[in-house]
Amino acid sequence: MALLEVDDLSVTFARRGQRAVHAVDGVSFSVDAGEVVGLVGESGCGKSVTSLAIMGLLPKQPGLRVGGKAVFDGTDLLQLDDRSRRDIRGRDIAMIFQDPLSSLNPVIPIGLQVTEVLTRHRGMKGAAAAKEAAALLDRVGIPDPKRRLKEYPHQLSGGMRQRALIAMAVACQPRLLIADEPTTALDVTIQAQILELLKELVRDSGTALLMITHDLGVVAGMCDTVNVLYGGRVVETARRRPLFRQPRHPYTVGLLGSVPRLDAGRGEKLNPIPGSVRDLLPWPDGCAFAPRCARRIDECVGEPPQLVHTHDGRSYRCVNPEPVPGTVPAPREEEQA
Amino acid sequence: MFRFIVRRLLQLIPTLFGLSLLLFIWLRRLPGGPETAILGERGTPEMRAAIRRNMGLDEPILVQYGRFVRRMIKLDLGTSTSTKRAVTTEFIERFPGTVELTITAMIIAIGVGIPLGYLAARRRGRFLDHASVGGSLIGICIPVFFLGYVLKAIFSENLHWFPSSGRQDPTLGATRVTNFFVLDGLMTREWDAAADALWHLVLPAIALASIPLAIIVRITRASVLEVLNEDFVRTAEAKGLTEQTVRRRHVLRNAMLPVATSIGLLAGGLLSGAVLTETVFAFSGIGAFVAEAIGQRDYPVLMGFILIIAVVYVLVNLLVDLSYSFIDPRVRVR
Repeated sequence: MALLEVDDLSVTFARRGQRAVHAVDGVSFSVDAGEVVGLVGESGCGKSVTSLAIMGLLPKQPGLRVGGKAVFDGTDLLQLDDRSRRDIRGRDIAMIFQDPLSSLNPVIPIGLQVTEVLTRHRGMKGAAAAKEAAALLDRVGIPDPKRRLKEYPHQLSGGMRQRALIAMAVACQPRLLIADEPTTALDVTIQAQILELLKELVRDSGTALLMITHDLGVVAGMCDTVNVLYGGRVVETARRRPLFRQPRHPYTVGLLGSVPRLDAGRGEKLNPIPGSVRDLLPWPDGCAFAPRCARRIDECVGEPPQLVHTHDGRSYRCVNPEPVPGTVPAPREEEQA
Repeated sequence: MFRFIVRRLLQLIPTLFGLSLLLFIWLRRLPGGPETAILGERGTPEMRAAIRRNMGLDEPILVQYGRFVRRMIKLDLGTSTSTKRAVTTEFIERFPGTVELTITAMIIAIGVGIPLGYLAARRRGRFLDHASVGGSLIGICIPVFFLGYVLKAIFSENLHWFPSSGRQDPTLGATRVTNFFVLDGLMTREWDAAADALWHLVLPAIALASIPLAIIVRITRASVLEVLNEDFVRTAEAKGLTEQTVRRRHVLRNAMLPVATSIGLLAGGLLSGAVLTETVFAFSGIGAFVAEAIGQRDYPVLMGFILIIAVVYVLVNLLVDLSYSFIDPRVRVR
C-alpha cells in the first residue's frame, strides 16, 4: 500500500455573493515509501494548495471546503481533528517552503526554531535538544553549527536559511517530506546544492519526498514518478524516464517544449504554451486545456476527458494524446544517472 | 547596549538646548515683555523698569541667555508667580501624582488592550471582533472628562465602590517620602495608606486609559492579523507546534513591534495630557496645576513644565527603543 494516497482531492474557496473558486478539482496521486514524487505544473494549477490541504495548513476561513481523501499510512488526514493533525505534522510529515527568509521567524534564534520541533515531538529539552539541533545543522551542511544556533535568520545567507529549514523538517525523521518549490527563491548554484542535499537525505533516511515544482530540471534530476497538474487536476502520471522520452498529454509536451535549451540556435525563438491557465474551474464541459491545445479535436469539447491507463503503468487525461513514439527528446539525459 | 543608552542620553543635550532657545525667545516675545506678564496691564512705567532691572532684562541679550541656561542647569526654574513658591518644589510635590496616574492607566490599557486586540484578530469577523472594534471606536470618541463624570456618578456616588476625588484619604495621616503615594505606603509599610492611594487611582486611571486602550486594541488587532498571514507562522504550524506555542512565540512577539512604538508615544501624551482627568477627580497632579498656570499666565511654571515633558518624552522613547531591541534582533542596538 502506498504511504500517501491522495484520492479525488478538491479544494474550493467560497465567498458570500461570489462564485466559488475551485483551486483543486479532483487531484489523485500516490506516494510510496521512500519514493520521490514530483507534482509539476504552471503557477495557479493548484500544486501548493494540494500540499497545504494534505498538511491541513490552508488558511482557516469560512467558505473553505476540502473534499476527497488524503490517506497517510491508513489514516485519512482530512478527517483528523486539529490535535491529531498537529501530532502528525512535523513528526510523520514535514514540509519545506519556498522562501526561506520569510519562512523563518525573524525574531527568534535559529537554535530555538530547531529545538522547538525536538521538544514538541521528541520530548528533548535543554542541553540534549541543543546538542541534537547542532547535529542536525551539521547534517544539512551548515558549518560551525554551535555558533549558528545562536544566530538569527537575517544573519544567514539564503542557502543557509533553506538548509536550516530542511534541518527543522528532518528533525524527527519524518516518513514523508513535502517540498513546495524549495529552490525557487535561491541562486542557481545554491539550488543545485539544496537539491543535492535533499537527494542525499532521502537516500540515507528512506524518507519519501513529494516535490512540488514548476521546474522540469528539478523533476528530471530527482523524481521517480511525476504527476503533471493542469487546472487543478492531474493530467498525466508517469515514471520520470518515460515521461521525458514519450510525453503523451499535449500539456506535458508543451511544458517540455517550452524549456529553453542551451543547444538551441541563437535565432531560434522560445517555445511557450500559448495562453494562460484559465480560472474556469471546475472543468467545463470538455478539457480545460483545450483552448490552448495544439492537438485539439472536436471530441475535446463536450465531455471532460477521463483518465486513460496504459499497460506500462502510465496514465493521462486526453482524448487525442501524442502518438508513440514521442517527438521530444528527454532533456539532460546525463544528469539522470 | 550601554553605549547606546549613553549616546541617547547625550542626545538630550542638543534637544534641551534647542528647547531652551525656543523658550527664551518665547519669553522675550511675550506681548509687552515679561514684565507685563508679571504685572499685567496696570503696571506703571517705573514698576516695569524696576522689574526689568531686577530680572536683568536691561543687560545684553547674550548675557541674559547665559544666565537663563545656567539657572536651568541648576534646576532653578524660578518662582511661580501665582503660588510664590519655587517651581521645582511645586513639581516635586505634584509630578509624582501624575506619574502614578499615568503608569496605572498604561498598565490598564496594555493589560486589557493587547489580549483584547489579539482575541479580536483570532476571532476575526465574529462577535468579539466586532464588539472590540466598535467599542474601541467609542473609546476614542468619548471625551475623557465625560467618561470621568460618568464613572464617578456610577461607581462612586451611586455604588460607593470607589472614592470620588483626591489622591488619598487625608485623615490617614500617611507619611510622605517620594510623593508617590502608593510607593510611600509600601516603603513605610503603611499598607492601609498604599491601598487607599491605589483605591483613589482606579477611577481616574480607567478614565485616562480609555483612549490609549482603544488605540492599543486596534493596533494589536491589525498587527496580529498581519503576522498571522506571515510565512513563518505557517512554518510553525507545519512543525506541529501546539497552538499555544505558535501564538506566544511566533505570533505575539512579532506583533508587538508596532504596539511598543505606540505605547511609548501614548505614555508621553498621557503625562502631559492628564489635565482633564485630574480636574474631574480633583486629583492633585501636575495637569491640574498647569491648567491653572495657563489661566494665571504663570510663565515660570509653564516653562518648567515644557522642559520636564521634553525630558520625559526623550526618556520614554529611549525605553521604547530599548524594548525594540529586545523584541527584534534585527534592530538590536550596538
